[in-house]
Amino acid sequence: MHKSWWKILSVLLLVYTFTAGLLMNVPRLPPLQETIRNLYFHVCMWFAMMILFTVSVVNSVRYLRSFKLKYDIYARQFAVVGILFGLLGYSTGAIWASFTWADPNNSIFDNFKTIARDPKLIGAAIALLVYAAYLILRDSVQDADKKARVSAVYNIFAYALLFPSIWILPRILPSLHPGNNGDNPALDVKNDISGSMRMVFYPAVIGWTLLGVWITTIKIRLNLLKEKTMLS
Amino acid sequence: MLLYIGSTIFVLFNAMDETESRVWNGLFWVIQLFICINAVAKSFLQESRGRMLYFYSIASPGSFVLAKLLFNSLLMLLMSLLSLLLFVLFLGNPMQNAGQFIGLVLLGGWSLSLVFTFLAAIAAKAQQNAAIMAVLGFPIIIPQLLLLMRLSSAAFSPLLTIPLSTILLLMALDILVVVLAVILFPFLWKD
Repeated sequence: MHKSWWKILSVLLLVYTFTAGLLMNVPRLPPLQETIRNLYFHVCMWFAMMILFTVSVVNSVRYLRSFKLKYDIYARQFAVVGILFGLLGYSTGAIWASFTWADPNNSIFDNFKTIARDPKLIGAAIALLVYAAYLILRDSVQDADKKARVSAVYNIFAYALLFPSIWILPRILPSLHPGNNGDNPALDVKNDISGSMRMVFYPAVIGWTLLGVWITTIKIRLNLLKEKTMLS
Repeated sequence: MLLYIGSTIFVLFNAMDETESRVWNGLFWVIQLFICINAVAKSFLQESRGRMLYFYSIASPGSFVLAKLLFNSLLMLLMSLLSLLLFVLFLGNPMQNAGQFIGLVLLGGWSLSLVFTFLAAIAAKAQQNAAIMAVLGFPIIIPQLLLLMRLSSAAFSPLLTIPLSTILLLMALDILVVVLAVILFPFLWKD
């Protein structure tokens, strides 16, 4: 119980995010209006996803350095929860886009083919596909050591190619998404978000990330227990 | 391989009457992608166990993977030029700036072959051939392919110029792939 402070912190930060995020005053920018509150959820999902994928890669590297199977389980579980956050990010983004980018008389589905062509959405879709491929690769190898080794290699290779391209690509191609000519590909923290919103935004990022880590640790414990019962 | 390129492009020739330059460009890169998968996948999947063991005894993993990368790059460069020739013969020549486009084709062929060589090494370990390579490779290659298509569309109009920074970016990605392959291949090597 002495190590549970960060779980309590996560719950507190998320409670703060929901109350302050939904009740506090926000600037009403012309196309966004009240939907800007989605920033506390949509953007945080992507932050959490990237952090979880990074942790997954770090664990793959640790596996290749030590060949301890527990690091492989860590890497896999962080990737799975990362995908979960990515899907949530995609769906919150779709809801947001249907209120801001799409024609109000048409639903998101009618405009999907134009919206999905946006480079930032392509990047997000690629990230999810890469990690889905990682899971498929893992399941296609039978031997536990070989599985761990091959998937760790793919994880590192894919991460190293994916992340430069999703950070650089959106800066080159035109897009509807915010942060177009700024330095940051997804949002411009200094200009897009007012000071009071940043007071909610940063705690929200930390809260969601901690929640992701919490879910992952539970899944890791479950998997380690399963391995133990299988081996004995 | 030659037959594969020839027949694919002949099918395209029969399927389309006249192609607009944008369609031409898109088709060209997609065909390039499939040629690359077919040419490069063989390099690891066709090696027998005994021959791999022989290579294992005479060469270090670093030099082995470098040799594979070099061979596949040369193969792919040749295939790219050939398919470009056939494309021009059968589907017409919409290029305004042929020199630039040929340069991009060579650069693109090189990038594709490097990425897929390493993925073939991974797929060979997973014992499932071409299908898993497509699943593993397509998402990774999309960003580079997107950049290549965008760059090469500049070669179709006399007004646009190709930005140098993007070419440097593609080359940097290629070098990154080579470095990663040399670092990571020893882990795939042992069986």
